[in-house]
Amino acid sequence: MNFLASIGAVFLNGLAASGRMALFTLSALSHCARPPIYLRLILRQMIDIGYYSLPVVGLTALFTGMVLALQTYTGFSSFAAESAVPTVVVLSVTRELGPVIAGLMVAGRIGAAIAAELGTMRVTDQIDALTTLSTNPFKYLVVPRVLAGTITLPILVFIADIIGVFGGFMVGSYKLRFNASAYIQRTADFLQTNDVTAGLVKAGVFGFVVALMGCYFGYNSKGGAQGVGAATTYAVVSASILILLLDYVLTALLFVGR
Amino acid sequence: MSAPKIVVRGVRKAFGRKVVLDGLDLEIGVGESVVVIGGSGTGKSVLAKCIIGLMQADGGSVKIDGGEMVGRSTSERERVMRKFGMLFQGAALFDSLPVWENVAFGLIQGRNVERAAAKKTALEKLAQVGLGPEVGELRPSELSGGMQKRVALARAICVEPEIIIFDEPTTGLDPIMADVINDLIIKCVRQLGATAMSITHDMVSARKIADRIAMIHKGRIIWSGRTAEIDHSGNAYVEQFIHGRGEGPIQMEVRAF
Repeated sequence: MNFLASIGAVFLNGLAASGRMALFTLSALSHCARPPIYLRLILRQMIDIGYYSLPVVGLTALFTGMVLALQTYTGFSSFAAESAVPTVVVLSVTRELGPVIAGLMVAGRIGAAIAAELGTMRVTDQIDALTTLSTNPFKYLVVPRVLAGTITLPILVFIADIIGVFGGFMVGSYKLRFNASAYIQRTADFLQTNDVTAGLVKAGVFGFVVALMGCYFGYNSKGGAQGVGAATTYAVVSASILILLLDYVLTALLFVGR
Repeated sequence: MSAPKIVVRGVRKAFGRKVVLDGLDLEIGVGESVVVIGGSGTGKSVLAKCIIGLMQADGGSVKIDGGEMVGRSTSERERVMRKFGMLFQGAALFDSLPVWENVAFGLIQGRNVERAAAKKTALEKLAQVGLGPEVGELRPSELSGGMQKRVALARAICVEPEIIIFDEPTTGLDPIMADVINDLIIKCVRQLGATAMSITHDMVSARKIADRIAMIHKGRIIWSGRTAEIDHSGNAYVEQFIHGRGEGPIQMEVRAF
């Protein structure tokens, strides 16, 4: 009986948490659509999320493209399909690896930072102080981060796509001895605009999720330093899981379903 | 006699099974400075947050200038909240902003005052609490605890509120700095003609800044009177608290693990 009660309690807690998160998301979306919009804060967040994440995302994309070219070559050469390497690299990077890897890196870097910052503001009464100074903390803290995440990640992923494909090209032409112009030709032949735009749509959703999870767990954190630490962990873990889950859903909708 | 500025009637607030405010009553007149004293965990901060609107009471009534706060929508409460200024226990300064912008925050974000004009006002308020313009350019993390409290006081008075709430204004400060803060509170409240409610367990501070003192215990006000009357309250709880005795009717809850 106790066992059943435990399962029931976990289930109910899970439902309650999902409900709170859904309400937070709806509130974030409704505040995004209503003035005032703090453009200066959105710009600052875009610089934090985009510009300062560029080195880590760029490096990750570069090595991902390089490794992908190597792995594809070693696998495909066993049945004489080496010529498919440029196509596999460009489609994998633009459709899948670019958005997912950039999303995960940004979740680790930005999701954690947002949760820690808002969590510290919560436990030191700074969020309450905003309210007493006639400023809606949701509009001032959550909306700029969520909007910046949604706008910036596609830009970041577009750059990561270029760097990732370039990494594959470098390995292909310098190490695997592909003809450089033939590599580029094959890359361009099979790449369609929709491959890139679908990847950017994924990136927008992932940016929204990363910022939202950081804000949700930071905004609702309690219990001092330990609470802030827990909020940071939850933000990164939940954003990472949601990225992988939504990646499947979006792939099914954008590629398989059309 | 004018109507009270703040009227609290039968306010209840519980967190799960823990009842923090249990039908609390309190009145604060216009321009009056009331200090609520009480031990840690007796509900002082929760009372302040229910009055200012940061927390919704579960029941009862909180009226500001006759207008009900309990059960009102967030936007209605936000409108009333513009009458308030608050000094938080830990100062609650925004780490990401320089000191002057912390002080001017309510003017820039809440009242749409131009940044240049708001900065000028902020520097005047900093001067009012004894801080020079050079402090305005520093970050809150570069200030001592006493300076942070002074900046927080400047921020609380910058929008010239009708009501100011002081949450443990002298906690964590040395006696001299605590006295400086007490003097500043008295000066600022008098200059603004504001109504003040302070919550503290520092009796030196309470005696200095209060016109009237109220003691909270187990979620209710158990004694209230003029500051001069507190030494002859005839209330065993008040006697124990103001003399800081371990023996008496107030039993500290110590749980053995």
